[in-house]
Amino acid sequence: MSHDTTVVDPRALRFGAAATTAVLALVLVTPSPVREVLLAGQAVIFALGVFVSLAASPWSWLFRTAVRPRIGAPDRTEDARPPRFAQAVGLTFALVGLAALLAGSTTAGLVAVGFALVAALLNATTGFCLGCELYLTTRRLARTLA
Amino acid sequence: MTGVQVLVVALVVAAFSAAAMRWKNGRFTARAPESDDSERLEPGDIGAPLGERATLVQFSSAFCAPCRATRQVLGQVVSLVPGVAAVEIDAEAELELVRRMNVLRTPTVLVLDAQGRVVGRASGAPTRDQVLVALDVALSA
Repeated sequence: MSHDTTVVDPRALRFGAAATTAVLALVLVTPSPVREVLLAGQAVIFALGVFVSLAASPWSWLFRTAVRPRIGAPDRTEDARPPRFAQAVGLTFALVGLAALLAGSTTAGLVAVGFALVAALLNATTGFCLGCELYLTTRRLARTLA
Repeated sequence: MTGVQVLVVALVVAAFSAAAMRWKNGRFTARAPESDDSERLEPGDIGAPLGERATLVQFSSAFCAPCRATRQVLGQVVSLVPGVAAVEIDAEAELELVRRMNVLRTPTVLVLDAQGRVVGRASGAPTRDQVLVALDVALSA
């Protein structure tokens, strides 16, 4: 495994996860069409993290401009690849949820959002990265099915 | 209303998961050495010689933030306890071994005795003290 890679401030990840949790909670409690717009917005934020960089997310920008100047530099940094993979998992759930909501399968859509919310909330409160943990499981499944 | 119900369930699930993980992460479960060959690792399996007294085998993957911390903890333990070796295995490259040892998460740490028998395992990042205690059990067995 290579170790020369982009690093991130773990506090920025926790901040982003907390903001993501808040948006997903709003998706669950607001009526249509507000929830679809909010969920589409969150999907775009996930996509920025996956396809551009974690720093491209607006939550990361908000952390850098409003939070980090007050709390100073981090005492450690983390590999950016695991959280970036987790953003891809979040994007998948957001897109599945959005497709289900738009197709009229409201319950299925909201449950998909609920899964993403659990993952984001765990990340925000404990630093645990569900998407990262799922990586090996998906590789094992892919191997079994192949 | 369904959305509010999903939100409540999600909050409860997250709270229980957080509590369960806090309890389980890094906690070693000891197991009696068995004659079963699937519970015994040879140098050929892990791609490195066994430690003289015990071996710590860490399964890692690229998308694993706590793996780096675990690697450092095991490195400290190896320098503290003579006769103990640490081996890191890229889980993605060794999927056969991953399945055989039923590794579900990274990091997973196995404690092998001098004969390569699996005498303890933990998933999630362990603390240095947790590793030292598990080694103590392995070495005194």
